Formats: sequence, structure tokens, C-alpha cells
Amino acid sequence: MKQVRFLSQTFALLLLTQTTLAGEGKLLATAGLTQLEGSGGGGIVPWATVAGYDSEDEFSVAAFSTQVNLDDYRLNAWGVSVGIYDRIEISAARQTFDLTSLGGDINQNIFGVKTRLYGDVIYSAWPQTSIGLQYKKLQDPGVAKLVGAKSYDDGTDLYLAMTKVHLGALAGYNLIWNITARATKANQLGLLGYGGINNNHYEVMLEGSLGVLVSRQLAIGVEYRQKPDNLAIKEDDWKDLFVTYLPNKHVNFTAAWAQLGDIAGAKDQQGLYLSMTGYLW
Amino acid sequence: MLRHLSLLLAILSFGGCASTPTTLYDQLGGQEKIALIVDNFIKEIEFDAVIFQHFKDSDVSRFREKLIEQLCAETGGNCQYTGDSMEKVHTGMKISESDFNRTVDLLINAMTKADVSYPLQNRVLAKLAPMRADIYQR
Ligand code: HEM
Repeated sequence: MKQVRFLSQTFALLLLTQTTLAGEGKLLATAGLTQLEGSGGGGIVPWATVAGYDSEDEFSVAAFSTQVNLDDYRLNAWGVSVGIYDRIEISAARQTFDLTSLGGDINQNIFGVKTRLYGDVIYSAWPQTSIGLQYKKLQDPGVAKLVGAKSYDDGTDLYLAMTKVHLGALAGYNLIWNITARATKANQLGLLGYGGINNNHYEVMLEGSLGVLVSRQLAIGVEYRQKPDNLAIKEDDWKDLFVTYLPNKHVNFTAAWAQLGDIAGAKDQQGLYLSMTGYLW
Repeated sequence: MLRHLSLLLAILSFGGCASTPTTLYDQLGGQEKIALIVDNFIKEIEFDAVIFQHFKDSDVSRFREKLIEQLCAETGGNCQYTGDSMEKVHTGMKISESDFNRTVDLLINAMTKADVSYPLQNRVLAKLAPMRADIYQR
């Protein structure tokens, strides 16, 4: 069922994006992708870029659908974002975390805002810099309670992100990097609540992405996301290796191999990450 | 992660060495190729209703001559740019960010149609990118 929903969402997005005229004032690929929590970014890390191809006098609407198939779980995420004048991004996302081995699921809604403070990802001397927050409202607190989260209602992450493209820097290929510092108390994105027996304070986590555009349409790269370890059960840092295909300014597709470590007691969770972002306006 | 990083750094430093012996101008294919890029670019502008608005009263042959000189000089060819400063030329045009990026897209099309490889295109763009501050929103 969930599989079918993901496919039909993806297909509907594809149809929509083929027929509308989106904001196109940015250069191809500079809008980036949509990360798991619905913010414009890479795959697991929010970037300083504003989702959508809007430039300083345009606005844009983007929608995304992502699925990560892990050994014992499956994470579905989908949502929409609005980019305003390449300055402000507002996003809403819904995550469904299927406990495929145990049965049941955990749902979470995430609302995000981000604002660009400085720069242009390509043209400014220093990296484009943005701050953002992600407000997360847990819909199913049962598992969070069970694993000993201190709070299982809602929580807010705050982040500062810097992103830069270096034209032709890698033997003529464009290099893109991002670094994000996130203050958070969330356990496994918030799906397992906030805080725990090991720690119940905000901690700053570092997250990074590094990619190369091997052609106008194809990017490859790696990501790393440091994670808190608040609960009695272990939480690991996340990493992934990704390939993104950007045929045009209407749509992009990402496939990644995600290594998410131990999750809620299940060891060494790995799997295929598939994602699509469509630019509707 | 670290392994990938160091691999990328290694490629990066090789890239740095490999580009020293010949100029970007030579790698592109010299004056003939640059003239072809500029001719293609002018065609792209003529067929783009939005960008053509800016050029409708311009002296195309002067633009052609100055842009060829500039591309030659910027890529390390043996030329002298004799045109006006970027700031002086583009001030008063009120070029928006999306028009600027659209023009870059047209230049990319022009290079693609002139069979310039993707890495060489990026290196040409890298030479021109620093001029943006003098060109747009003036
Ligand atoms: C990196 C980007 C750009 C470069 C390197 C560049 C370069 C040049 C050069 C070399 C000239 C000739 C100068 C002279 O006659 O002395 C010129 C003229 C001109 N440029 Fe640009 N340009 C750029 C971007 C743009 C953009 C984005 C627009 C508008 C959308 C634009 C509109 C014009 C116009 C209308 C002229 C002709 C002015 C006249 O009639 O005298 N340029 N540009």
C-alpha cells in the first residue's frame, strides 16, 4: 500500500511539473533538492539554498516525495515548500515511519522556515548563508514514550547553513559543498521524541554535503549528518552516497545509498533512498 | 566520508596542475572558436524575447567585436580588451537577477552549440562570474 502511495505521488508530481511554468530565474541545479524534513537541501542535510528556482523577483512552489527503504523500517516523507524572492523558504512535510518488522507506524508533521542572510551560492565571494528552523509535531508518541524520551510532543531544531558552488574547480567540474550546524534535542529526527536519559539539552550537531556536477544534468556526492545520542538505546550518525539527475528546472530525481546506523534497537540500518522534487511554480 | 574527501582533494590538486601548461584560450580552440561562441550567443539573444529587449537599440557589430576581445583576454589569449568597463556599459540597464541568469543560460547554449565541452564551459563561466557585481542591478 505504502509503496503504491509513493509511486502514485511521484507520478502525480511528474504530471503536474510537465504542464506548469515554474519560476526559472535560477541556474540549473542551484535550487538543490529537498531533504528528508522538507527543507531545501541535499538529501538528509538542509542547505542555505532556498527551495525552488525563484530569483530575487520571483516566487516558487515545490513539492517532494521521498522514500527510504531500510532493513527493518521504511521512511516515507512528502511535502511542499514555497520560495519567496530567493530570500525566504516556508515548508511543510509529513513523515511516516513504518516499523516494517514490528508493525505499526509513527507519523510526524514538520513545518520549516528558512531565510537567506547573505550571498549567492555561485557569485558571492563567501558562501551563501541562511538560518532556519524546523518545528516538529509528533503524532504518535507511543514509541517515543517506550524508549524513554523526555518529551514526546513537539520540538524545534534551529540551524545555520552555508553553501557554495565553485565553478570549474574540479578539473573543470563544478564543486558544491554545504555545512550546517544544527541545535537539536530530537531523537531520530524527532520520530523518537526529544531528549532522554543521556542528555536533555540542546546540542549542536554538524552536517555536511559535498557534491560534483559531472554534467549539466548529473550530480554525485556524499553527505554526513551528526546525530545526538540522548536515549539509552544508541543513535548513530547518518551518511549517504547520492546520484541526482536534473533533466530540467521542473524536476529532479535522487537515488542514494543511506547508512543510518542503529535505529531504536535495530542494528546497522541501510537502504535505498529515492526522492523526487517537482517545481510547480 | 574521509576517504571520499581525500579522493576529491586529490582530484582537485591534479586538476590544478593539469591546467597550467596551455591556456584556456588554446584549449577552447583559439580565436575561431571564440568567434563562433559569440556568434551563437548573439543568435540566442536575438531569439530570446526577454533578453533581446535590452539589446534592441545596440550596435551588434561593436558588441560582437568587444565580447570576442574580452573572452580572448579573459581566457589567456593574446588580446587586449578595448571596450568600456563592465560597470560603465551595464549601468542604467537595471538587469534583474533572473535576466542575468537567463543570459548565462543563453551563453551556455551558445557554447554547447559550439561543441565546447562541459568542463571547459564551466571554466569560461568561472572567468566571467566575478564580473557579475559590476553588471546586474545597476
Ligand atoms: C558576465 C556577463 C556579461 C558580460 C561578460 C558582458 C559583456 C559585455 C561586453 C564586453 C559588452 C560590450 C562593451 C562595449 O561595447 O564596450 C557588453 C555590452 C552589452 N551588454 Fe553585457 N555582459 C554580460 C551580461 C549582460 C547581461 C546579463 C545583459 C542584459 C540582460 C547585458 C546587456 C548588454 C547590452 C545591452 C550591451 C550593449 C550596450 C550598448 O548598446 O552599447 N550584458 N556586455
